Formats: sequence, structure tokens, C-alpha cells
Amino acid sequence: MAELSQAQKDLLETIAGLTCMPGGAFNIRANGGLAERQVTEHINITSKTDKPGIDIHIAPETKGETCYIPVVMDESGMTDVVYNDFYIGDGADVTIVAGCGIHNCGGEDSQHDGIHRFFVGKGAHVKYVENHYGSGDGMGKRILNPVTEVYQDEDSSVEMEMVQIKGVDSTIRTTKSELAKGAKLVVRERLMTHGEQHAESVYLTELNGDGSSADVVSRSVARDNSYQKYTSRIVGKAECSGHTECDAILMDNARVLAVPELDAACLDAQLVHEAAIGKIAGDQLIKLMTLGLTPEEAEEQIINGFLA
Amino acid sequence: MLELKDIVFDVTEDDGSTKRIIDGVSLKLDENKFYVVTGPNGGGKSTLARIIMGIEKPTSGQILLDGVDITDKSITERAKMGISFALQQPVRFKGIKVHDLINIASGKDLGTGEACEYLSAVGLCARDYIEREVNSSLSGGELKRIEIATVLARGTKLSVFDEPEAGIDLWSFQNLIHIFETMREEIKGTILIISHQERILNIADEIIMIADGKITKIGKKEDMMLDIIGATLEGGICGRMNVEEGGAR
Repeated sequence: MAELSQAQKDLLETIAGLTCMPGGAFNIRANGGLAERQVTEHINITSKTDKPGIDIHIAPETKGETCYIPVVMDESGMTDVVYNDFYIGDGADVTIVAGCGIHNCGGEDSQHDGIHRFFVGKGAHVKYVENHYGSGDGMGKRILNPVTEVYQDEDSSVEMEMVQIKGVDSTIRTTKSELAKGAKLVVRERLMTHGEQHAESVYLTELNGDGSSADVVSRSVARDNSYQKYTSRIVGKAECSGHTECDAILMDNARVLAVPELDAACLDAQLVHEAAIGKIAGDQLIKLMTLGLTPEEAEEQIINGFLA
Repeated sequence: MLELKDIVFDVTEDDGSTKRIIDGVSLKLDENKFYVVTGPNGGGKSTLARIIMGIEKPTSGQILLDGVDITDKSITERAKMGISFALQQPVRFKGIKVHDLINIASGKDLGTGEACEYLSAVGLCARDYIEREVNSSLSGGELKRIEIATVLARGTKLSVFDEPEAGIDLWSFQNLIHIFETMREEIKGTILIISHQERILNIADEIIMIADGKITKIGKKEDMMLDIIGATLEGGICGRMNVEEGGAR
């Protein structure tokens, strides 16, 4: 990784767990340009010609491969918009590790907006991991506004892990999914905001085919003066099942708004929502203190477990 | 090993008046003995247990542990000095696994095998539970046993159990009695149980009867039958079948 700065390497390790170039397919984007790319027999990555971004083609029946497409930025004042399209062949079973890390030591805002579209073939399974992280002590903000669109063909399944634990000043994360017959979507969002941060998550899920199902769950911790808004709308247009849940721990002067929406447009749609927001229960702290932890250690243990 | 000297605990009522919950309790617990505190509901038993753990601060009085004044010590400090406490209503934690809780209790990272031993000791099929979250997927009886397992994992010189039978079903209760009978046989340290249950009273070295915030009698079960019958008539002590009934704090 000779062409990457130390800050970029640190970001890469934090968001994608990479300390060296991975063995399989990858595309590393740094400060708005291609840093390094590798393709495999089954996973091809090509640059778009009409706009910034890449097309990722995963061959049908590709099994067990992982594709890394992280983005790192350490230039203050930069706005980077990228369009990535994933074409997952029928019957493939792959993991895609995305994510963006911004290191901003300057006075100007740095922003990355990743527009991702997934076309998931029949019977394919995708595990998608997206980790957002910000670092640097500059006054400029670290801003991420990703948009993810997922089109799931029959009997496909998609698992999404959306993580933002630290350092992102402002984010609006929008995820739209459309599921055909027998398709399954599982979303697990983990979010922690602190300082003056602002985070919005919007999940719009349409269950269009019989036997389709979605489980969209967010766990978050809001500290200091931060603000979070969670909107999850599930539309059931067929015999389907949908569940969405927002579970938030509130601390200090933070504010959390949860807006679950269910739209049942078919008699056989079964949709459920749950939302719970509150501070750490006093009994939880007491229990851990009776085991020998200090109040601060107990609080940390509860938060770490909650977001694990 | 534990001495309570003239403990008083008052609470302020909604109308501003003061209500005395504990009224001058003095008590000495010896090492390696099994004590059961019983008495009518609302008599102050659970409050006394919480005062020993430091969850509640006494209005006046003094608490000594092995001669050291711990009256102003925090819950954490008392835990580190060797007091364990099993809550009447075990707490659920989203995301924290049974294994994590046992590790915290023991103060070290236990391997799965070692952590499982504590669960087996409370009658849980350990491998089915060790990696489960301590959340609402566990029943009241399962949580209660995990709560007791954390106290076992701590292995401290004083273990306090606040109404271990409260809120559990009859089936779990039978197992619970067996756990305490085993603890009685293999006693390591002093055990203090707040309980209404006759079968737990049966295995006590000494029974401490508390009513209206005062200790009314201390002795062995056979010496206290009249007091126990009296409390039973007042609805304080449950027969074996009424195990769903929990006491007030």
C-alpha cells in the first residue's frame, strides 16, 4: 500500500479490517481516485465511463469470495460522489465489505456520498458490511450521505451490517430495498453519535413477492448533544412478513426520534414494528457494580454489549 | 464477619412525611454460616439486604465488614471487599452474553468449560446458555439461575440473595431449592438469604425474623415455630405452592 498515506492506511484498517492488500477482488478509492484494484476469475470490477464509480460483476454460482470496496479520504475540503453498481449473478454467495473513512485535520468540510445499487440474482446470497468512521481534529466536518438501493430477485437473501461508531459529524443514510417472491432481507444497524453529531437513517423496504421477508433492526447510542432520526418504512404488497425495530440508549442531552411506518397493502402481509428509547436502567448499573465494576466501567460494558 | 449496628432507614413519603422502614437493627453474622431472613411482607427484609450491599444508604447506624467500617463505601467498593448480591428481580441486558456476565463476576476471562461449570452448578445445561444474551428471550427462572451463577462465580466471603424464589415457576423453584441445599452442604463463606420459603428455612443455621423494621427473634427453626406460624397467619410466609408470590422491597 505504498501509495496510501499513513492516515489512509489507518482508516482502511478501521473500516475494513485491512492491514495489507487482500487476496481476492478489491477496489480501494482514496481522495476521489482509484488507489488500487484487483479482480478475480469470478469478480470483475470496471470503472464507469460516464460518471465516477465502478461496476462490480459477480459471476453466477460464485461461492465464498469476499470483495472489498473501501473509500478513504484525508484531504480537507473535498467532496467525493461515487456511483457503484453491483451485479450479483444467480446462485452466488459472496461477502462485500464497503465503508468509508474520513480523516479531516483541516478547517473545511470533507464529504463522501456513495450511491450503491445492488442487483441480486435468483437464489443469490450477499452479506454486505458497511462501516463508517471519521477521525482528525480539524474544525471541518466529516460528512457521509450514502444511498443504497437493493433489488432482490426471487429467493435471494441479503444481510446488511451498517455500522457507524465514531467521528462522523453528519450523515443521512438512505437504504431502499425491493424484494421479489421468496426473497429475504436482514438489516442490522449499529450507530453511536457523540458531540454535536447528526445522524439520520432511512430504510424503505418494499415486500413485493409472496413469501418475501424483511427484518430491519437498529441499535443506537446517542451521547452528548447529538441527534438521531430513524425512519423505517415497510410496505407489504404480497403475502409477506416484515419486522422493524429501533432500540436506542439515550445519554446526556442527546435526542432520538424513531419513526417506524408500516404499510400493509395485502391482506396476507404481516408487519410488526417496535421502538424503545431510554437511558441506561439504574438496575443494570447496580447489577454490574455488585459484580465489582465502577459506574463508568458498568456504563461502558452496557454500551459495548449493546452495540456489539 | 458482618456487623450491623443500630441501622435506621427512613424514606420520605409523597406527602412529605417520614416513614421508618428499618428501625434500629443490630446484627452479627459469623463466618461460614447460612442465615435466612424472613418475616411478613413489607417488614424491611429486602431493604436490609440492599443496605448491606450499599444499594441503599442507611439514615443512621454503622456497618462493619471484618471490623472495617463500610457504611460509606460504594456498591463497587463493597463488591471488591467481598460482598455479593443476587437481585430479587434479575436484570436483562441486550447484547451482553451469559459468558460475559460470568467473566465480569469472576474478574477474569474464563474459558467456555470453566464458565459452564457455574451454569451447571445452578442446573442449566451450560452449552445451551453460555453464548446467549441475557435478554428477554430468557425466562424468569433461567434468569434467576444465571443471577445465582454470577454470585457463585464471584466466590466472595459474603453472599446475599434477595428472595431467590420470587417470580419463578414451581418447576424452577424445585431446582432452586436443590441449589441452595447443595450450597449449604458445600458452604464457602457466609450466606444470607431473604426468603419466605419453608424449605429454605429448613436448611438455615439461624433464622432472623424481621417485622416492622425490627428484628423480632433470631434462632433455629425449631425454636421459632410459633413466630413463623404467626407470620404465616399474617400472610408473610408462603407454603410451597405459592411460589409466585414475591415480597415487597
